[in-house]
Amino acid sequence: MDLNFGSEYELFSQEVRDFCIQWKGINFTDSKSSVVQNSKVTTKTLTRPEWQSILIEKGYFARSVPKKYGGYGGESDVIKSRIIASEFSKYNIPPPMGGQGIDMLVPTLLELGTEEQKKQYIEPTLHGKIIWCQGYSEPNAGSDLAALQTKGELIDGNWVINGQKIWTSTAQYSQMMFCLVRTEPEANKHAGISYLLIPMNSKGIEVRPLVDMTLKAGFNEVFFTDVTIPESNIVGKRGEGWAVANATLGHERGSLTDPNATMNRVHSLIEIMKRETIDGAKLIDMPIYRDRLIKIQGKVMAFQSNSLRVLSAKINSNQDSKLPGMIQKLIGTEIRHELEGFAIDVMGELGTLYEDSPNIRDEGSWQFTYMYYLGLIIGGGTSQIQKNIISERGLGMPREPKIQGMK
Amino acid sequence: MYFGLSEDQIFFQKNVSKFLSDHSSLDIIKKIADGHGESLQEEVHKGLTNLGIGSLLIPEKYNGLGLDLLFATAVSHSLGSGVAPIPFVGSYVMAPIAITYGGNEDQKDNYLKKMSENSIRLGVGFSEYIGAREDASITIADNVVNGRALFVLDAMGSSHVMISNKFGTIGIVDVKKDGVEIIKLITVDKTRSYSEIRFNNVEVDVLENTIDSSDAIVKSIDAGRIILAADSIGSSQTLLNKAVEYSKERKQFGRVIGSFQAVKHMCAEMAAELEPCYSITWHAAHAQKNIKDDSRLYACQASSHTSEVSKMIAKKATEVHGGMGFTDLMGIHYWFKRIGLNRQLLGSPELIREEAAIIQGF
Repeated sequence: MDLNFGSEYELFSQEVRDFCIQWKGINFTDSKSSVVQNSKVTTKTLTRPEWQSILIEKGYFARSVPKKYGGYGGESDVIKSRIIASEFSKYNIPPPMGGQGIDMLVPTLLELGTEEQKKQYIEPTLHGKIIWCQGYSEPNAGSDLAALQTKGELIDGNWVINGQKIWTSTAQYSQMMFCLVRTEPEANKHAGISYLLIPMNSKGIEVRPLVDMTLKAGFNEVFFTDVTIPESNIVGKRGEGWAVANATLGHERGSLTDPNATMNRVHSLIEIMKRETIDGAKLIDMPIYRDRLIKIQGKVMAFQSNSLRVLSAKINSNQDSKLPGMIQKLIGTEIRHELEGFAIDVMGELGTLYEDSPNIRDEGSWQFTYMYYLGLIIGGGTSQIQKNIISERGLGMPREPKIQGMK
Repeated sequence: MYFGLSEDQIFFQKNVSKFLSDHSSLDIIKKIADGHGESLQEEVHKGLTNLGIGSLLIPEKYNGLGLDLLFATAVSHSLGSGVAPIPFVGSYVMAPIAITYGGNEDQKDNYLKKMSENSIRLGVGFSEYIGAREDASITIADNVVNGRALFVLDAMGSSHVMISNKFGTIGIVDVKKDGVEIIKLITVDKTRSYSEIRFNNVEVDVLENTIDSSDAIVKSIDAGRIILAADSIGSSQTLLNKAVEYSKERKQFGRVIGSFQAVKHMCAEMAAELEPCYSITWHAAHAQKNIKDDSRLYACQASSHTSEVSKMIAKKATEVHGGMGFTDLMGIHYWFKRIGLNRQLLGSPELIREEAAIIQGF
């Protein structure tokens, strides 16, 4: 056991800290309040793409993407990524833009795209000039994603697409969609899918916002009517889309849960419990609340330690962390939901205040996150699907037998 | 950066597991539990002390192996996994740590050297420091001990016991002295033994550095809690493994029960909760020497969190076995009971969580 990252990384941490101090208070001309809060005194103003460029140049973003595709051109380094994320968050420096294009499409293209696709899409995606949305789920293809039915037919050298996608985040302001489409209706379920790249301004695309229980339109439905795109807008071969998509699904699962962010919420909750009173008594002094707090803190600590173990296995190739890695999505989302829900319990009626209500605490963030994480428990593979994966791939238990006559 | 057990630790751990599977099978555990296996038990104990489990934590200066708590944690996983019918947490973890931190040079030289040669062995009775039940209480005055220690770990067959008053002052008593009465307690867990000990004006050797300081007893209890958590993790892992294996063999409705999602999800839940227990317990063991600020919090949380998870696994793994899980024949209950007892030793989860709150200034 050795929790030190070594002197090379201490120097790197210092470098990142200096960078953060230099850019503290940065503000963007092209964004709304969502990006930088706490920056009342603004001395550094630039655009989002400019900021991306600075981060790439320093190697703080797109570190392992080759230079010729607009990246930094270095070795990928999980420890450095972690240092960057934690120092940025400490100094309240805006992180690089994320999103599904950067997190999922870029790695996919790097692995499986043609040279032309790499040249055409990676650089503008990294620089925030092309925003992507992901067209995977459909009304009848959720957990059973491979049952998707949106149809793509090759007619006169073009793909003609008809059907519907759902749960499409950022579709309303994306320029492009990477999309799974059934192109070989005769083939087996998994073998009939292709991975297509669709411009969102194509004729025949309709985007309808889907309001979720938090009352925000976090998702969309996307309808396709004879949407026509060039034959070359395919990644991998015809019928190989399932494998292409799976090359990046792992990224999504891993990125949904950050134990350090969850621990920061525990600290915020402790502050609330020290501040709030009931009949004049501080909540932190009440045995029932205290016990539940410490119980949840223990779970979060165990989750944090487990994440260190998973990180360690990424650095040390001799270490096995299959099972500890497989459980992170399940555990991370469930704990966070429980934690946020407990904070509401602690505040009682005050915990239910929402939007711009009088007497609201922390801008209603506990109630919002409590609901938001229920969404994350369901999205990206529900907890039940996670348990199937853990039992089948982690513990070697048999698959559920198919019902006769069902595909 | 490396978060996990080292190759040496895993190697040693495997040796312990191998020894237990060769010499301490379920049949042998049953004989010992029924009270017909004293010589078999002695053999297991002797074999494992020959491997070195008795002197893991004794500094090299006193002829021990000088290893750290993470090493003992790795061993404890194996002992729990095999429901090893031997003393460990008291005699070989808490006692050497209490003496190392609480003894003066003469005391360390005397006790630790003899412990590493196996010429003496200590039971540990700290219940009265952690929280006295009934009228149990220990008073130590002028090198004489009086009173009753209600729940002494690893005392049966030991040559000495270590007891504490409610202030954390620790004394060592030779059990052959007049005025010592050892009463065997019968718990649900027949794989290890516990005792009540009564002292009537018995001479005691007080560890010098524990007269005005509770540092030594706190270190000893934190280590004990981590080791018991590790034992419960080992027990839980065996239960989970047995449940998965059984579910792949047992057929109902024309298929193995392990293909039913109800059963698969129970097993997945056990695995998903158990893995982070390993992580926090290793982290806690490592923290004892290497992370000053949080070492106490980690010990408390590793203990209380693991107790909750292990209790859940003890129940669910038994359920996966259906009616057979409930029988003596299958013997699942040895692990169930071991977990049940570990949960109460050195403070039950609620008490330990309250301690964790106090440590953090709440």
